[in-house]
Amino acid sequence: MLQPDRIVPTICPYCGVGCNLELHVKDDTIYSVTSPFDSVVNQGNLCVKGRFGYDFIYNKHRVTTPLIRKTHQVPGERAQAFDLAEWRQVSWDEALDYTADRLVEIYRRDGPDAMAVYCCAKAVNEDNYLLQKMYRSLFRTNNVDHCTRLCHAGSVVALMQAIGSSAMSNTAAEVIQSDCFIVTGSNTTENHPIIALQMKAAVLKHGAKLIVIDPRRLELCDLASLWLPLKPGTNVPVFTAMAHIIIREGLVNQRFIEQRTEGYEEFARAAEKFTPEYAEMVSGVDRNLIVEAARMYASAERGAIYWGMGISQLSQGTASALAVIHLALLTGHIGREGTGLNPLRGQNNVQGASDMGAMPYHYPGYMPVDDNSNAARWEKTWNVEAGGLSRQRGLTTTEILTQAHPGGVRSLYIMGENPMMSEPNLNLTRHHMQQLEFLVAQDLFINESGAFADVFLPAASWAEKDGTFTNTDRRVQRVRQVLTPRGQARPDWQIICDLARSLEARLGRQGTAYWEYAHPAEILEELGSVVPEYAGVKYPRLEQGGLQVPVWDETHPGTPFLFGESFPRGRGKFTPLEYIPSVELPDDEFPFILTTGRVLEHWHGGSMTRHSRLDELYPEALVQINPADAAMVGVENGMAVRVSSRRGSIVLRADVTEKTSPGVVFIPFHFAEAAANLLTIDALDQQAKIPEFKACAASVFPAREQELTHPDAQVVRGRY
Amino acid sequence: MSDVTLTIDDQPVTVPAGTTILKAAEHLGVTIPTICYHQACTANAICRLCVVEVEGWRVLAASCVAEVSEGMKVRTRSERVERSRRTILEMLDSAVDISEAPAILDYLPGYAVDRERFPQAEKRDIPLIDDNPMYVRDYSKCVLCWRCVQVCAEDAQYTYAINFTGRGFETKIGTFFELPMLETTCVFCGQCVGVCPSGALKPKRQWLFEQGLTPGEIMQSTRTEKRRKRG
Repeated sequence: MLQPDRIVPTICPYCGVGCNLELHVKDDTIYSVTSPFDSVVNQGNLCVKGRFGYDFIYNKHRVTTPLIRKTHQVPGERAQAFDLAEWRQVSWDEALDYTADRLVEIYRRDGPDAMAVYCCAKAVNEDNYLLQKMYRSLFRTNNVDHCTRLCHAGSVVALMQAIGSSAMSNTAAEVIQSDCFIVTGSNTTENHPIIALQMKAAVLKHGAKLIVIDPRRLELCDLASLWLPLKPGTNVPVFTAMAHIIIREGLVNQRFIEQRTEGYEEFARAAEKFTPEYAEMVSGVDRNLIVEAARMYASAERGAIYWGMGISQLSQGTASALAVIHLALLTGHIGREGTGLNPLRGQNNVQGASDMGAMPYHYPGYMPVDDNSNAARWEKTWNVEAGGLSRQRGLTTTEILTQAHPGGVRSLYIMGENPMMSEPNLNLTRHHMQQLEFLVAQDLFINESGAFADVFLPAASWAEKDGTFTNTDRRVQRVRQVLTPRGQARPDWQIICDLARSLEARLGRQGTAYWEYAHPAEILEELGSVVPEYAGVKYPRLEQGGLQVPVWDETHPGTPFLFGESFPRGRGKFTPLEYIPSVELPDDEFPFILTTGRVLEHWHGGSMTRHSRLDELYPEALVQINPADAAMVGVENGMAVRVSSRRGSIVLRADVTEKTSPGVVFIPFHFAEAAANLLTIDALDQQAKIPEFKACAASVFPAREQELTHPDAQVVRGRY
Repeated sequence: MSDVTLTIDDQPVTVPAGTTILKAAEHLGVTIPTICYHQACTANAICRLCVVEVEGWRVLAASCVAEVSEGMKVRTRSERVERSRRTILEMLDSAVDISEAPAILDYLPGYAVDRERFPQAEKRDIPLIDDNPMYVRDYSKCVLCWRCVQVCAEDAQYTYAINFTGRGFETKIGTFFELPMLETTCVFCGQCVGVCPSGALKPKRQWLFEQGLTPGEIMQSTRTEKRRKRG
């Protein structure tokens, strides 16, 4: 019987739920993962990724030596190099000197606007804080962003506008206290599996009513009282029609509206035209379902709303999220246990990376960069001369790439992200990546983006470093080093500190922003000295479970639910909305709406899961198509099909299923060999700059089996 | 809810009505041995190891499900209880490979278990099932505690991929129609692996690691990596 050398508690590196793990280690090998049954977050339950998906750290394709490209890459002709033969193994000193030289050369020549960085929602808080600090304090630019732009930017902007705070208002486990909850734009069972278990228990054990509003017939629909299958991109009419009913039938919480909100009258007038009949016409949802859903949610004692990317990843993402938020403001279903506005954050640390200021408009703690007093505070903290930090808002994730041309962004530093899988319209993204003059990749694998880089810095995985993650319900939890880093890999924060010192020496900056940390705990300490929400978050306090921010001081117990008394902006604000359809609608040539998303077994661009045995469970891309549509285009289950849009074309196998509504096809975006994002449209929400991943027009035709990249990669599965 | 006072091994204790004897004993610091009981699962009184003697009751009571009542007198280590537990352990040991069930092995000396008591007993000998990439099932080691079935159902996952099959000595845990796990509703959350007390369910990586494979070799044995090697 195997006896572990040690069992180390840590946090799952996958989704925003933040499940507590115990890694069983023998001979520096993790061989099993369990979870403590007294965990508040996951009660001992895990999903397939958390329990079995950690083995990517042992994959032999992982890069554990610093690399520099053998051939000099010229802007415009930059090419991908996946093969190690195209790289030269170098020492850390050489890699960091080279990186510093090239970055400083570009900065000296073209100034701050030529510099840009992608932080990482998978990395720990401390890594993200330091990377944005390096770019802001040394390169004086706010061109700092990360993938939150691609997932919940619409929700963040809407929530900031409506209530002044963008985090989940309540604790996920509180769902069992709701008596009615709405799940919309979220396939929770696959993307937040442990929250979905709590949702299932809420319905089956605690008698809650569930309303699913989603174009796909998700597993949760099996438990739902109502399912509203709306067309992608029609959230505004559906949710505003619900608001219309709530107002018309007098189901509003008058006291809450008077005491806690503003702009109601104007909103109510604008909602007049959103009749259920009108919403049915544009969304395809039966008007009676809309009426029933409105009544069910509004008449609940404790109503809650949980939403995912189906709300935010649209050219109307901000408006969609506002339409959702309005329901809570009308009914007062917020600020109490079992209620709330709950955007389910995707990545393990997307909340944390945002809190750490890995965003172009905000310093850590959501302090706007264009406010002098904020800049002055950080100048003092980072030992920067008065007026030294940029007051100009930076570029967002998507804009950084579209601005990659002479006179624009010339260098990009990517920590752990993979825009060549996660950006929309990848053919265009490829073109932009090629225009860069210098590209740094800091990662575990040479992924589709790192393959474009000039220098590759091998990072330690989550199991090989210390730090903290902040999960979707704002819980800061401790990530612990379990293994020694493979090969020469190093924790991101150490790489950043070494590079920052090299940069400082070359730039001859007066004083130093300070890079001499002995442990990540000191980094969080520095952040907490300026950001009040993290003032009380100290490593020793995280030993026994996490702390939910805001934690105002060292004795504050944390905040399970927000907005009990008031909203951060004072009153909750209604915004009159108009329905503007998605940018690209189906037509004769491209008759389907393509919507994209994720599956249980994989994670985003696949850098981790496709290098794990998880790939055995789901080894190939599948397009879900409704049987009625499949019959129309002559496609049978399991057949190779070609899916095309105005931007690209891919071949993959068809999954003919009623899980998707007629007219809507679904493709997960994890698979490089059939990348869904070759097809998606690069239209952006004007406020949030989030791309419209959830709706574009596509065609489906039968293809030949030989056109599949891996025809033999097929697995028969019985799940859902 | 009203409180109930009872005595356990002559010590008085007051607990809320509805509390099980097992939990009431915990209050007093009296540990009652269990096999099938798990804090995350609904108690089912399957293994009977947690039996106790209640004054005036005809049969021994399974303390994981039996609720306390006013004035109840419970004895957790009477001779009858001890003999019953010893026999349960001896029978289990005679039929099942408990070599990887540390909690059960720990009980043996305390109950003076005679591991040769049933020399003619047939050991369950079921071939190991290696039908999926995530975990292996070695039902020769299964003590039929039912925890895996419960967490697959309402105690956690609501997936219902596994259940009891067969009867009597032939009882085992299986999938419907003996389907390979990939073709069932299984989502490979491994909740079942997490609650298995006897090493019958094991992560496949652990199983390969125990056989001496290195992490690199384990990774290379996957279909995906083999394909990558070729391509």
